Formats: sequence, C-alpha cells, structure tokens
Amino acid sequence: MQGLTVKGLDCVRGDRLVFAGVALAVNPGRALLLSGPNGSGKSSLLRIVAGLLPPAAGTLAWEGEDIAADAEAHRRRIAYIGHADPVKPGLTVCENLEFWARLYGLDPEIEPALYQFGIEQLADLPARYLSAGQRRRLTLARLAVGQNSPWRPPLWLLDEPATGLDPGAVAMLANSILAHLANEGVAVIASHGGRLDDALSGHADRLGLPDAAP
Amino acid sequence: MLHRFANPNRFSRLAATMLPWVATGTVILFVVGLYFALFASPADYQQGESVRIMYVHVPAAWVALACYTFIALMSGVSLIWKHPLADIAARSAAPLGAGFTVIVLATGSLWGKPTWGTWWVWDARLTSVLVLLFLYLGHISLTHAFDNPARGAKAAAILALVGFVNIPIIKFSVDWWNTLHQPASLTRLDGPAIDPSMLTPLLLMGVAFSLYFVTMLLVRMRADLAASKARALRLRAAE
Amino acid sequence: MNGLVLLIRRDLKLAYRGGTDAAMAVVFFILAATLFPFGVGPDPDILPRIGGGVIWVVALLAAMLSLERMFSADYEDGSLEQFVLSPLPMVLVALAKIIAHWLTTGVLLLVAAPVLAVFYNLPGSAFVPLIVSMLLGTPTLSLIGAIGAALTLGARRSGVLISLLVLPLYIPVLIFGALVVDGALAGREFGGLLMVLGGFLLLALAAAPWATAAALRQAIE
Repeated sequence: MQGLTVKGLDCVRGDRLVFAGVALAVNPGRALLLSGPNGSGKSSLLRIVAGLLPPAAGTLAWEGEDIAADAEAHRRRIAYIGHADPVKPGLTVCENLEFWARLYGLDPEIEPALYQFGIEQLADLPARYLSAGQRRRLTLARLAVGQNSPWRPPLWLLDEPATGLDPGAVAMLANSILAHLANEGVAVIASHGGRLDDALSGHADRLGLPDAAP
Repeated sequence: MLHRFANPNRFSRLAATMLPWVATGTVILFVVGLYFALFASPADYQQGESVRIMYVHVPAAWVALACYTFIALMSGVSLIWKHPLADIAARSAAPLGAGFTVIVLATGSLWGKPTWGTWWVWDARLTSVLVLLFLYLGHISLTHAFDNPARGAKAAAILALVGFVNIPIIKFSVDWWNTLHQPASLTRLDGPAIDPSMLTPLLLMGVAFSLYFVTMLLVRMRADLAASKARALRLRAAE
Repeated sequence: MNGLVLLIRRDLKLAYRGGTDAAMAVVFFILAATLFPFGVGPDPDILPRIGGGVIWVVALLAAMLSLERMFSADYEDGSLEQFVLSPLPMVLVALAKIIAHWLTTGVLLLVAAPVLAVFYNLPGSAFVPLIVSMLLGTPTLSLIGAIGAALTLGARRSGVLISLLVLPLYIPVLIFGALVVDGALAGREFGGLLMVLGGFLLLALAAAPWATAAALRQAIE
C-alpha cells in the first residue's frame, strides 16, 4: 500500500524559494489533486516528481524505494503530460500518436486510444488542421495507449490536463483517469478546479500549495 | 535556503580580508615591474625600444589563457558539484579575460607594426587568440541571454568546457605551425631562452598582472554576491 | 537503436513535408555564392582561385542558418521534455537530431556544390576534392552546431547568439576544407588535409552528442 511518497521537498528557481517542506503520499488507486495560485509551484512539483527538475532538498520514493537510486527505472514508470502539446503539425494524428507510442516502447496499437478520446475520425488528418482542444485530446490520448498491455506506466503526472477541453472531452479524460486508478495506478494532477476535480472527487485527495513562501 | 548562502558568506568575509593585501601587492609589483620594464632593462639589439611592449603583451597573454582555464575549471566544478560560487567565479572572470585578450591583441598589433611591418597577419597564433576573444564574448552573452540566471550559468559552463579545446591550440600554435610569431621563450625543456635582464621585468609584470586579475576577480565576485543578496532582500521586503 | 532510427525518420518526414523550409538552406547557399562574382568581378582567373574558399564559407553560413530550428520546435511544443522522459538516452536523441540535420542540410549542400564549382570555373580536377572535403566537413558543422543550438534554446536573440558561439568553432573546418580545394588546384598532395578533416569529424563525434545532451537537459529544467 505505498505508491508515491515525498518528504521535505524544497524547490528553488533562480534566487526564489518556490516552496519548502512539501510532503505528500499517494496510495495505489488514488489521485492527488494539487491546487494553489499561479507561481505556487504546482508545475515545479510535478516536474520534480517526473525527474525533469532537480529538487533543492527532500526525498522522493516509489514503493518505498528512493527514486534517485535508479533514474531510468523511474522514467519507465511515469507518464507526464505538461502544458504544451507535443504534436507535430506536419504529421497526421495517427503518426503523431504512433511516434510517441513507439518511442516509449508501448504497444503501437493506437486505435482504441483514439476512440477513447473521440478523435478516431481525425486519424489521417495532418495535425495542423486540429483545433486547440483537439490537439489537447491527441496529447492526452497517449495516456490511453497500451492500456491493456501488461506493461504500462503506473504513475501519471498531469499538469492542468483539462485546459482547453470541452465538457465532453473532460468526461473522457476523467474516465481514462478512473480506469487508471481502478488498475491500481497513481495520478498526481495539477488542477484549477472544475469538472475534472468533481468527477474524481471520490478517488482523490487534495493538496493546496501556499502562495510563494516568504 | 541557508545552506545555499552559507559558503558564499564565508567566501565574502575571506575576500574582504584578502582584498587590501592583494590590492597593495598589485600596486607595488606594477610600480617595480614597470620600473624594470621601462628603465632598468636593455633595448633589444634588433627590435630597439619596441621590445618593451613585450612586458605588457606577454603577461596579458598568460593571464588571458589562465583566466579561460580557470573558467573551464569552475565550469566543471559547477556542473559536477553544482556549487553556486563556481558559477559566480566563472561569470565574474569572463569579462576580465575578454579585457586581457583585447590587450593581447592590441599590444600585439602595436608590436607587429614595427617588427613585422604589419598590424595583423592571419597566422595560427593570432587567429586562435582572436577565437579566444570570441569565446569570451560568447560566454558573456550566453550568461546574460536568459531570464533565469541559473540557465545562463549552466549554458555558459557547457560552452566554456567545449571551447577549452582552443587553449592547447593557442599554446602550441607557434610550435605546430611555421608562423611569424616567435615560439615560446620561457617554457622550454632546455631552460628559458631569454636574458635575465629581460626575464626579471617579464616575471615581475607577470606576477603583477596575475595579482591584478585576482584583485579584480575578488571585487567582482563580492559585487555579484552583494547584488544577489540585495535582490533577495528587496523581494522579501515586498512580500 | 530503434528509437534513434524512429526519431531520424520522424525528422526527415517533417522536413520533407515542410518542403520549402528545408530547401531554404540550399537556396541561400547558391544565392550567397552568386553574389561574390558581382563583388569581386567575373574575372575567370580570380574566380577559380577564390572559389574553394567562397563555397566553403557560404556552406558554413548556410549550415548555420538552419541551426536555430534544430531543437526549437521540439523545445516549444514540449517534445523535448518527453524525449528526456523516454527510454531513449539523451545522447542518442542528440545524435538523431544531428544526423537528421545533416541529412536535410549537409547532404543538400553536397549536391548543390558542383553547381557552384561550375559557376566558379573550378577545373574538373578540383570537383572530387571539393565534394570529399565537404563530405567530411559538413557533418562536423552539424555536430558543433547542435551544441550551439541546444545552448541557446529559450535565449533572447538566439539567432545572433548561435552565430557568435558556433562560427569561431567552425574556423578549423573552414581552414582545412578550403586548403583541400586549394591544394587540388595547385596540384599539391591533399590526402593529409582530408585526414585532418576526418580527425575533426571524429573529435566532434566523440564530444558533441554529449555536450548537446547536457545542454538539452539543462534547457528543460
């Protein structure tokens, strides 16, 4: 019953102390919703957990084992979705998704993922014709790739994933996350509140980050 | 937060006690060195009085090269141990190194006109020193090209290490290629090929330039530390 | 290894579909080289003498022009973060991007070089040395350029900054590349010069992917 545990985490950007002494624990099958004003370090916290940003202090552990001990194993257990959509306008929807699936060594069977986010009809369209919301769906569809394969990243780190999504797409995202949690997965989600939080409320804990520490 | 500034604070105090000594040493050595260089050493039998340019040119070249080596060393320390002082040392030293490199090129040009009959030749030594100047300028620009100063420091550190290939090229360019520029006179296996009457002022000026570099480096590093402390205080006061 | 090929193929596909973007470097290469005969005069004696050097200088500038786009699209749309998190080591990501850059610029410059050699009245005996020297030299340009492109990601005025960082490091390649063509024109032995160019390539191959990977990693921090 241990998923992700974080203790005494400090984050410094330039000369600025973004947060200090953050501690959290998320059990398998649970989600953690991060809230807080802009600049409180929600994104930084996710990036630190993802291993994109070194923490100034603190320890992170997965299943009780220090994450820093094996960075490569940690990379393989996370799926990180940032603010930007890593979508190439010159590739079709299908090619975009397939590229990431293959690069991550996931099952390149992507059809179900397209259906799950309602973009199956766009599959052969170059991504440059997509609206912002459709691009976001394509980005998120990566989470659904390989859902049924035995090997899948157990730790999802989502940075305001619902930005730009219409209510229908938010419901699709919520379903994906709930399916992930039902599979004993862990999710840490930076959020601005709204429908996604409501949909997850029964399965999620909350952590409020204070405004930038003095 | 404390652990980040504990060392810089200690450094600041150390620098404050060292500064008057190195500054005084610099002045004394410059006075003595310049006396020897300008009055108490002979003119060259071929080059005449213009040989005295050497007493500025050569020490400036030593310091320009040593400064880049220092920056590369600090960059390694910064990238491996992430010591904040190393970044400050590197970015404080770079403009000094650029200044010394300009002095090398300018005095070399002034010296070249009477001895070689030209201000500039495209030989390996001159070209590689010009590249050194560009590397310094690139380092300085890269340090200040980012909104996040930590990124600038890291990018500049990587550049400094990549550019270090140029240092041995400068050092050995006069041995590897036939050029107008004379080969090294001091660091030869069979002892210095220079008369003691010229060697004394050269070494004195070398030490004087080095001390001047250390003095300016300490001043600049203290200023850098003070500026970031002032910034932090102001940000804190605004909250 | 699969990831490396995958990434190269993606970049080539993007460059092919981007069409004109990739061709710009070659257009610049030819256009800039045609300026010199107007500047120095179309004297058939002078042109072959400066030809080798001019072609090399212009190739340098053309290779540099395309550097800014090397990582910036992946940086801006978050692909770079995903590369860092992917199982593919960053050194191989850097190498894949470098190879793709060379295939989409260096190779095109190689193909266009004989046209310029004709413009500059270079004798037939200088064609092969020019091509071989560029074959050995242009990958080095992509390798060194990648470091500059990665270091300046997210910087203000990154275009100017890249040239300040990269051009000084290009000088050795330029010197020996032009010497090869000069040597061939004068009927001198130039095999040793080609070896030097090959040495530069090996040195750059040994260092540049690692420096680029380090620069990319700090760029996304």
